[in-house]
Parts: sequence; C-alpha cells; structure tokens
Amino acid sequence: MLKYESIQELVDEAESRGVRISELVLQDQAAAMEKTELEAYEKMELDFQVMIQAVQAGQAPDQRSMSGLTGGEGYKMKTYAAEKGGLCGSFLGGAISRALAVAGCNASMGKIVAAPTAGSCGILPGCLVSLYEEKHIPEKDIVMSMFTAGAFGMVIAKKASIAGAQGGCQAECGSASAMAAAALVELMGGTPAQCADACAIAIANQLGLVCDPVAGLVEIPCIKRNVSGIMIAFSSADMVLAGIDSKIPADECLDAMRSVGDTMPEALRETAGGGLASTPTGIRMKKQVFGDQKE
Amino acid sequence: MNVFDIIGPVMIGPSSSHTAGAVRLGRVANKLMDNHPLKRVEITLSGSFAQTYKGHGTDRALLAGIMGYHSYSPEIRDALAIATERGIDYVFLKEDIKGAHPNTARIHFILQDGEEGTVQGASIGGGNILVHQINGMNVEFTGENNTILVMHQDQPGVIAAVTQLMHFEYAELNIASFRLTREARGGNAIMTIEIDGHPPEGLTDAIRKISLVTNAILVRRV
Repeated sequence: MLKYESIQELVDEAESRGVRISELVLQDQAAAMEKTELEAYEKMELDFQVMIQAVQAGQAPDQRSMSGLTGGEGYKMKTYAAEKGGLCGSFLGGAISRALAVAGCNASMGKIVAAPTAGSCGILPGCLVSLYEEKHIPEKDIVMSMFTAGAFGMVIAKKASIAGAQGGCQAECGSASAMAAAALVELMGGTPAQCADACAIAIANQLGLVCDPVAGLVEIPCIKRNVSGIMIAFSSADMVLAGIDSKIPADECLDAMRSVGDTMPEALRETAGGGLASTPTGIRMKKQVFGDQKE
Repeated sequence: MNVFDIIGPVMIGPSSSHTAGAVRLGRVANKLMDNHPLKRVEITLSGSFAQTYKGHGTDRALLAGIMGYHSYSPEIRDALAIATERGIDYVFLKEDIKGAHPNTARIHFILQDGEEGTVQGASIGGGNILVHQINGMNVEFTGENNTILVMHQDQPGVIAAVTQLMHFEYAELNIASFRLTREARGGNAIMTIEIDGHPPEGLTDAIRKISLVTNAILVRRV
C-alpha cells in the first residue's frame, strides 16, 4: 500500500517497478477500495465523461451564472480561438475556452467533477479534454493519467492543503494545476521524476495565490484563475519535457506551500474579506447580488 | 482518503460547502421521512447560509436533498419548481442560530400524515456535513458512514439489546462509533450508531421490534 505522504514515494515506487505512476496508483487504489482495477478504471472513465459534458454545457452561448455576474466566457473564447487563433494559437485558445466553460458550468449549477475542488474544476478538463479532442490521445491514456493527477492531489492534500479556506487559492487552483501538469507529462511520455518536476514548477508558480472570491461566490476571480491554472500546467509540463528541471524538489515546494498557507491572513482565505472581494467594485457586486445585508 | 476524493465527487456546482453539502443535509431529512409524502417544510438558514444562499443555490440544494435528489442530480437547479409541482409548501427563514457553525441549516418537515421532524446540521467544507440535532435531540454524525438512529425510552438494557442483536444476528457488522443522548433519565433517548460497510437487509426492522425502541432509522451514507 502506498502512503501518499510524499511525491518522492510515488516516483521511487514507479521507477523501481518500471511502471508509470498511473499504473502504480490504479493498482494500489483498486486494492485499497476493494475494487477490481477495471471497476476503478471505469469509475474514473465516468468522471472523464462528466468533464467532457461540462465542457459542452459551459460552451453554450447562453451560459449564465446563478448570480448573473458572469456567463458566456467559454463560448466567446471558443469562437475567438476557432476563428482567429489568437496570440496563444488555436490549441491553447481552445484549452482556455474549455477551462472557462467548465468553471462557468459550475457557476451556473451544472454538473462538474470537483478536481480537487469545485472552484478549480476547470483545470483538469481544460488540459485533458483538450489533449483528447485536439491531439487525439486515446481515451484510455487520458483516463489513466487522471490516476496520476489524483495521486499527486492526495499527496498535496496530506502535505499542504486543497482547501481555499485553509491555504488560499494556491491550495485549489494551484493544486489542480500541479496535478494537471503531472498528468500532462505522463501523457506526453515523460518519466515519473519529470511528472514530479512539473508538479513542483506549477506549485512554485502559484505560491501565495490568495482566495478572495467576490461576494463569496465561486465566480470572480475563480473562473479566470482556472485559465491561469491550465497555462501554468501546460508551460510547466513543456519546460520539463524540454529537459528543464525544477531546482526545488516537489516535496519541498509542497512544504513551502503549506507554510505560506499557514501564514496567510484569514481575510485572504475564502472569507471574502480581502483581495478582489474588498475592492470597491467587488463590494458593489456583492450588494448587487445580495442587497444590503448586515455582516 | 482515496483517489476519488481528489478526482471527484461528481456534483452540481457551484460550491462543495454551500451546494453539495446542503444537498446532503437535505438528504438526511429525506431519510427521516422514510418515503412518506411531504406536505410542508420550513428551512431555517443561519450564518453564511443565510447571507449567500441565493448565489450558491443553497436553497435549491437543500430542497432538492429533502426531496431525495443527490448532490449530482441535475434537478437541483429546478428544485423550487419541482417542489411546487409536487404540491410541497416550502418556506425559507433566516435566523441567527446561536453558537452554530456558519453554514448551518435547520429543516422542519411536516408530512401529509401529520408526522413532523427536525434536522439541524452544518456543512463543514468539501461537501462534508455534521448533523447536530434530530427531532430536537443532540446527535453527532457525518453521514460518511451508514448511520443508524435508534429512538427509544431510556431504560436499562435497551442499548445491550440493540448491540447484542447487531452482534449475534449480523456477524459482519462492526460499529464505528456510538453515541447516546437523552432528554432526561427515563425519557426519550437516541442512539447514534455509525457502522462500517453496508447495512444488512432488515436491520432497522429487527431493531424496531426490540422492547422500548420507538423507531429505528437508517441514514444511508449521504
């Protein structure tokens, strides 16, 4: 049984057995849950199907959030990326659209997969559905890579945090981005050690990110932070695949993330008491949605 | 924790605490109703629930759970209309419940046959809940395990009778946690028994037959 207490454990076990992290984790988790590997795989496959459906739902032109503060971002970006390509090119533009779409689907009470949280639910699909639909990577490989993402997430949850109320947005979008980066590296044929490096770089690039939701809603800035999450995941994965390593090991990055979270003021941990939530516009939007209420 | 706690759950957004957790709180009430048709429900929201319920759809989520929907049911979005369609009279009230967790709701339901019940609990993050009161009596369970609530008269031997039945009739059954609360000595009391794994068929029926037990309810893992 794996302990999921360090990234190094995952790397060492996978390398010593000569398997991918995803294979190691599928085997371990199926045993831990008293399921067959096929059952565990099929459960993950269902999660991937929900992600694809969430992309489609969130790309609808009339997608609007419950509060009315946001909506239609996935559609706008999809149209722009398809017609003009944009600065990022059509592949990344499409990925941005998918991340926006899933986060928007969440804000409009659609069905999503928390990965690891609802607030960061657009990042894994933004990366993985894009590889599936644009790079034509087989579904089986994508689903397997979700076990790698999940394993990294388990270690992050144990060593640091995946809750915005505890560790700020670095714990939500940061974690999702690091999980996605590791999965991307594995999908592109990287080694377990390279998966760990991509995770490390993604975490390092989001250290200190605060959780400051306007009106306390999972919309502003959450939806767009899902986009930064995928951009950091893609760039971290590509750097590693180019042979650029992380100077700080993943486990140490996670320790740093925890200590940054521990020293983060409460106002910046999901309480809507600081950051963008306390800007004049943020406060005005809160009044617009909820009216004047006493605190 | 397993890999599906990280990649998952599948849920209706936008918030695990204000939406998914709210559905699960509602589902506890649904389990208590035991398939009897609902006439009216009064839902009291406290703290953050009271302030932000509209933007998170907490009202729809609670009502959906009360009607038996899951945290992944697409019907949550339309729960208010579905309740009206079913002839359920619902009302949302705001109250500062003293000393309660910020995300607390109290659900008071009245069934068509006149029976009533109350559930009070909190959504404590990540879709997890803690149920604090059932029918005015203090309990404490999370809904993560299958939980058996045994309403009974506080008399010597009742607990022994229940646990002996559980042990001798169902060899595989293991109690994960046990808690007893009562109004007063000899008065109404409630056992909160969380069990490992799946509850065996017929367990609550068997417990109900025990002398001085007034009711036994299985609150399945929500």
